[in-house]
Amino acid sequence: MSLSDSLYQEVLLDHYQNPRHHGKMEHFHLHQEGVNPLCGDEVELFLKLNGDIISEISFVGKGCSISQASASMLTDCLYGKTIAEAKSLLQEFKGMLLEDKVPNFSEEYEDLESMEAVKKIPARIKCATLAWNTLEKAIGK
Amino acid sequence: MSFDLEKIRGDFPILSTQMNGKPLVFLDSAASSQKPKSVIDTIRKYYEAENANIHRGVYYLSQKATEKYEMTRIKTSRFIGAACAKVVIFTRNTTESINLVAQSWGRTNIHEGDEIVLTELEHHSNLVPWQMLAQEKQAVLKFIPLNQDSTLDLTNLDEIITERVKLVALAQMSNVTGTIHDLSAIIRRAREVGAKVLIDGAQGICHLPTNVQKEDFDFYAFSAHKMLGPTGVGILYAKEEILDTMPPWMGGGDMISKVWKDKSTYADLPARLEAGTPNISGVIGFGAALEYLESVGMQEIRNHELELLQYALDRLEDFGGLELYGTNDLSKRGGVISFNFPGVHPHDVGSILDEEGIAIRVGHHCAQPFMDFKGIAGTCRASFYLYNTKEDVDSLLVGLKKVKEIFGRVLKR
Repeated sequence: MSLSDSLYQEVLLDHYQNPRHHGKMEHFHLHQEGVNPLCGDEVELFLKLNGDIISEISFVGKGCSISQASASMLTDCLYGKTIAEAKSLLQEFKGMLLEDKVPNFSEEYEDLESMEAVKKIPARIKCATLAWNTLEKAIGK
Repeated sequence: MSFDLEKIRGDFPILSTQMNGKPLVFLDSAASSQKPKSVIDTIRKYYEAENANIHRGVYYLSQKATEKYEMTRIKTSRFIGAACAKVVIFTRNTTESINLVAQSWGRTNIHEGDEIVLTELEHHSNLVPWQMLAQEKQAVLKFIPLNQDSTLDLTNLDEIITERVKLVALAQMSNVTGTIHDLSAIIRRAREVGAKVLIDGAQGICHLPTNVQKEDFDFYAFSAHKMLGPTGVGILYAKEEILDTMPPWMGGGDMISKVWKDKSTYADLPARLEAGTPNISGVIGFGAALEYLESVGMQEIRNHELELLQYALDRLEDFGGLELYGTNDLSKRGGVISFNFPGVHPHDVGSILDEEGIAIRVGHHCAQPFMDFKGIAGTCRASFYLYNTKEDVDSLLVGLKKVKEIFGRVLKR
């Protein structure tokens, strides 16, 4: 399988074409915009919290399939999770792409594994991490 | 002399290399051109046998380096049709050349309420320096609008270029759509109101026979690296009477005449505008690039690119489903093709082509106002130079077919 075949799998294209939790949120607790200025990819995250739990999450954005699919996967993974779980997943995801760590995602996060192929195209890593960096800023505040 | 494509390709070592296991198909010369062996060898020879600082040493090597550096200034002035060599100022790149004009001439001559006219197709390097100057001086930026085919809409030129306009600054050729602007009408209008004209020649000088005196440019800015030369060398040409009035913008060595503890007097042109040790090897290498371009001939290069452009446009049109930008009037267009697969982001196209060994540029090309005008995030851009072939275009089409296969499901239409 060629590099681009392994990257642009069904799962990534499906998230790109049918983004999950897409749209702006009216009443939110956390909101963060992220942008990659050199390529112009944009992601905007909205989170509603119930105590420590992410009770609602959504995103809007524009950009390449990798940046938008990654944002869609992020919202899908974090819906209903705690902030602590979000931080842990964030670390695991960025570790996979930036520190070459072997990911050990649980089954419910398996879509994220499709992003591992991005590692072989260094120029695109920032596309895959945009939503996650945005999340980091949002929950770090 | 005939245009010998095979010989030309043989002069560029990188063209026989591989990328991702495939023969390199380089279609990104608008970003930076490849370099012929003569340029590479000239730079190597300088470092191996001629290296010394210039304008300072009394010893042989320094004299030799100075001579070669200044020889490139003479060659440059001839290449662009300048009246003499001292009106050629070396900078680091086109951007620095434009900033030099903004910081030196602009800060002296642009005042509150004055107007600067640009176009909606400018590269950021010919936009942001004027935004900065306008903010500092409370001057006003105005834009010549575009027609849908990316040519300039000159119907209201007289209302845009008014008596308040002090400078009109625009590209000779667009880096996004390849549009070659009709400069003569704009320059004629600028003369009527006494405005100066700056031409961003970054994309123009490498593809089009250009004569700064005949075309009556006040300022002309360009870079060596887009015309077979090394990176880190930019050029600013300006009319001598304008340069004479321009104060230094960077202080330091080489640009002075006499220095006391509390004040200095400044050197004559061109040294007054070239502070510090310049990119000596780069400038000397640029001299070799100019010789190479002259040996092939700028009109020959233009003819070859037109042939490629026509061939590529026909094939891309036949491919179907692509959105193509820019005019179909090839007399107003250089060898640049911007396009989009509706529904597929340019970066995704770029990555898939990269795997096939095909280098194109994707994104906003540092021309975001144009992207806003078209309502798009960016484009895929294939750009040609003298060493490209019809086979390169064929390879591009094979790569695009692969994009279509992978993204078939999400393509709009």
